[in-house]
Amino acid sequence: MALKGNLRDFSTTQLLNLINLAKKTGTLVVEGPNQAAQLAFRNGKLIYGQLAQEDGNLTSILHKAGKLNDEQARVLRERAARSTDKELGLLLINAGYVSQTDILLSIRAHVLDIVYRLITWVEGLFRFEQGVMPSEDRITVPIELENVIIEGARRMREWERLVEELPSLDMALKFTEHPNVNIRDMKLSVEEWRVVSFINPKNSMKAIAKQNNLTDLEIRRIVYGLLQAGLVEVIRPEGAPRPLPFGLSPRKPSPPTPAEKTAARGLVNRLIARIRSL
Amino acid sequence: MQTVKMVVTGPFNSGKTQFIQAVSEIDVVSTERRITSEAERIKENTTVAMDFGRITVDADLVLYLFGTPGQKRFDFMWEILSEGMLGFVVMVDSTRPETFREAKSILETFRAYAPTPYVVAANKQDNDEAWPIEDLRIALRLAPEIKLIPCVATEREKVKTVLLELLYSILAEMETS
Ligand SMILES: Nc1nc2c(ncn2[C@@H]2O[C@H](COP(=O)(O)OP(=O)(O)OP(=O)(O)O)[C@@H](O)[C@H]2O)c(=O)[nH]1
Ligand SMILES: [Mg+2]
Repeated sequence: MALKGNLRDFSTTQLLNLINLAKKTGTLVVEGPNQAAQLAFRNGKLIYGQLAQEDGNLTSILHKAGKLNDEQARVLRERAARSTDKELGLLLINAGYVSQTDILLSIRAHVLDIVYRLITWVEGLFRFEQGVMPSEDRITVPIELENVIIEGARRMREWERLVEELPSLDMALKFTEHPNVNIRDMKLSVEEWRVVSFINPKNSMKAIAKQNNLTDLEIRRIVYGLLQAGLVEVIRPEGAPRPLPFGLSPRKPSPPTPAEKTAARGLVNRLIARIRSL
Repeated sequence: MQTVKMVVTGPFNSGKTQFIQAVSEIDVVSTERRITSEAERIKENTTVAMDFGRITVDADLVLYLFGTPGQKRFDFMWEILSEGMLGFVVMVDSTRPETFREAKSILETFRAYAPTPYVVAANKQDNDEAWPIEDLRIALRLAPEIKLIPCVATEREKVKTVLLELLYSILAEMETS
């Protein structure tokens, strides 16, 4: 069993959705044409990220976040080159340079920066290495993926992909029965909330877009985000033709008689018996 | 004599011909053609019109299995094929994520032509490169109530399971409507 492919065919946003819903633990390795990145997950939460061409150590992260000035970063690189991130973190907290919150927020921002960059890659070989975790000395920060996915959809530029994902705006939406998060905890924009408020098996996406003055592109982008975050499902609008039992032509307006129903059932049972005997 | 039909659909090279061949009592009358376009040259032959298999049930009932052509330019046939079908199977090549999006779109297209029951067969599960079933379900965004069945089209027992699951769904649909 493998979980690998190319971002051309299966995007970062889709991968995040998969990892989130399947609550996966392991490392996603992506090799793009010019750069490579790794993201680590525990039980479906993003915990760590690293770009191949960056050292990704704590000094650099805090420097980038403006928590250490150039001079401090230079000194630490010289003197603390051998300490692990965890040791260094303790040292800096004890010396009063930064707080624990500074460290956690800076790492979080660093990891989010990597994941948002990865979301813009349109090409790159990926593989998911089940169970592989960052080395023990790294500091990890768990980040819920739903908001990351919604943000990813907002940044999506590929119109064709959205059309492929959501070919028909005549379909309706409904909330998934067991979402991983409560929708109230999501950081949605005003427009997204308005779309959410119209979600109902009776309203087609087209109707929702019309109510909210959204273009086809805008409604698709919003729905795509909600869909990938596992909050909604696409369904046939209520009132559309119901599946017909076999043997009844769609033109026939009257409901099947009990005799017709029995005959149709009998036929299917004969098919079942025959296939079992093959 | 009554005839009924089921349709086997799915992207290029997903194993539709193989699937029908595994259970058909006649040689699948597939209208195969050697592949000319470079892009699709991962195999020797492709189905250009349709596959056609038969299972005789008894003296007065015959089941036909139709396989759709895999390549996009034969889309026009799908509507004709889907008319009056009992249900359909969507074959997915579990080893090729580049085809998942198309599989999903074929599924949605068929569902629009004919609101009959269907199942999804995760084919080539014998291959090391195959995506696991649970990951495929999410990748194809299949709701929990939609059956996604592991399949190896070269093995008759696996193919039988897929067809039986489809028939059970058809029966269940009759009970509720
Ligand atoms: N390992 C493995 N190979 C399979 C399986 N099913 C089909 N194949 C192989 O996959 C290739 C494609 O199978 P076909 O049955 O021709 O696929 P198709 O969907 O009819 O292809 P088109 O008609 O061209 O769209 C062939 O080489 C088959 O032998 C399977 O379950 N496992
Ligand atoms: Mg074929």
